[in-house]
Amino acid sequence: MAASTHPIFEYALALGDDALVLGQRIAEWCSNGPYLEEDIALSNVALDYIGRARMLLSYAGEAEGQGRNEDQLAFTRDCRDFRNLLIYELPRGDFGFTMARQLAVDAFEVPFFEALTRSSDRTLAGIAGKALKESRYHLRHSSGWVIRLGAGTDESHRRMQDGLDQVWGYTPELFQMDAAEAALAESGVAVDRAELRQQWESTLDEVLKQATLGRPADDWQIDGGRRGVHTEHLGHLLSELQFMQRAYPGLEW
Amino acid sequence: MPQDNPTAPMDDREPVFQARIDRDEKIEPKDWMPEKYRRTMIRQISQHAHSEVIGMQPEGNWITRAPSLRRKAVLLAKVQDEAGHGLYLYSAAETLGATREDMIADLQSGKAKYSSIFNYPTLTWADIGAIGWLVDGAAIMNQVMLCRTSYGPYARGMVRICKEESFHQRQGYEIMLTLSRGSDQQKAMAQDALNRYWWPSLMMFGPRDDDSPNTQQSMKWRIKRQTNDELRQRFVDQTVPQAEYLGLTVPDPDLHWNKEREHYDFGEIDWDEFWQVVKGNGPCNRQRIAHHVAAHEEGEWVREAALAYQARKASAEEAA
Repeated sequence: MAASTHPIFEYALALGDDALVLGQRIAEWCSNGPYLEEDIALSNVALDYIGRARMLLSYAGEAEGQGRNEDQLAFTRDCRDFRNLLIYELPRGDFGFTMARQLAVDAFEVPFFEALTRSSDRTLAGIAGKALKESRYHLRHSSGWVIRLGAGTDESHRRMQDGLDQVWGYTPELFQMDAAEAALAESGVAVDRAELRQQWESTLDEVLKQATLGRPADDWQIDGGRRGVHTEHLGHLLSELQFMQRAYPGLEW
Repeated sequence: MPQDNPTAPMDDREPVFQARIDRDEKIEPKDWMPEKYRRTMIRQISQHAHSEVIGMQPEGNWITRAPSLRRKAVLLAKVQDEAGHGLYLYSAAETLGATREDMIADLQSGKAKYSSIFNYPTLTWADIGAIGWLVDGAAIMNQVMLCRTSYGPYARGMVRICKEESFHQRQGYEIMLTLSRGSDQQKAMAQDALNRYWWPSLMMFGPRDDDSPNTQQSMKWRIKRQTNDELRQRFVDQTVPQAEYLGLTVPDPDLHWNKEREHYDFGEIDWDEFWQVVKGNGPCNRQRIAHHVAAHEEGEWVREAALAYQARKASAEEAA
């Protein structure tokens, strides 16, 4: 379990973990995309997430004050100590699933980081300013693909709808607030996620309409990431991510 | 684009073309050129593009396992640069009338080659350092020369590529430096990577000048400006002191400084191995092509959908 309960540590760690595991996932597309252009675009997105993870985890380490840096936080914690939401860790799936997840996340992150730029914590506000610009670009990219695939061929429509259906139950967790986050929101540091739901829905509805895709029913949901109760996939992601630091502990690379 | 009969004998435009080359003028896409020049350029540029694209695999092999977040970001950016190089090289080949579909089909069928170095596996993190240092280092030797190649779009593309490649080489060397100043295990890892990548890096310059039938024509057309052996020598001369600085041993017992020549003498390349890998029988040839084919096939439905969407949109706009 996490050694510290410093609220800024917990908050920056959770956001850093979100960015880290999704960056790792998207990086898996490198040399596997449908076009070379898409390898480049997805590498860009992955780089943005890894960049965010570095800033957020470094800041978490500072807030904790126990001398842990970004790499110690990324590479030496086990599954139960990871705080990312489940939607970020799901395997990349096919291109349709990747774009469905990305649309859900991007449509959330744009208003989220917009709100976080107004955080009373200047470091978080600064990171949010950079992330906001990136997420706006990501949203253009993912919504473009969801529309193209939804309104493309029968097969792409079916795959896109499948992707959306599969990710849907993981989206409610984006809007959940726990007590610590609520207290931080109260004091002007954190964003109230619950308030972003409406904007998220209207962004999605607009894209899905153009994509001729149906919005899945809200009849299932899975959560637990912030409590460290993950999918089985995370352990495998970590075994790859952390391989070097586990095999050769404590070295500089 | 002018079409010429490739079987036509000496065309009277050819001396004019050669005179332009001799004056160091750049040949541009719309200019007349001998069919053989066109075909040679397409072959060389597409081979270069394929090398960038296939090269993404051995390095991409370590993106998810990079030992620090900084290294992960740097490696990801590097592989992304390579995809970018691939793209503008394909575009340069397209200015000569080649299509990307055909070039990719030739890559996948084995008709088109790519740099043999990428048929060796990246087994440890040190291999990522060795590739940056040695492979990018060798590539730069070639590419600096190609910045002055006679075909304009290729030469200009190469200027930009060279800048990024030197950056990659420094990053690779920096990985090796960190390892060689690290623990015993790290030093051993660095030495092992040098042992495995040294000879394949020397092979990157191609066959010996005596065995390189295309060299003479390529020099005459100023596609190449230095021979394989000249570039290889220059690479050895530059790289050996770097290995010494790292405290690593180049795996060549015949390597020594020749005072008279003012160059390093070095041992003979295993040319059997070289030709085996060129013919498709290297450690990873089949794996690399299978990976490329699998990704391409898996992406087919996405490409079809994008075309269908584009067509639908175009016809809707037409109807409006």
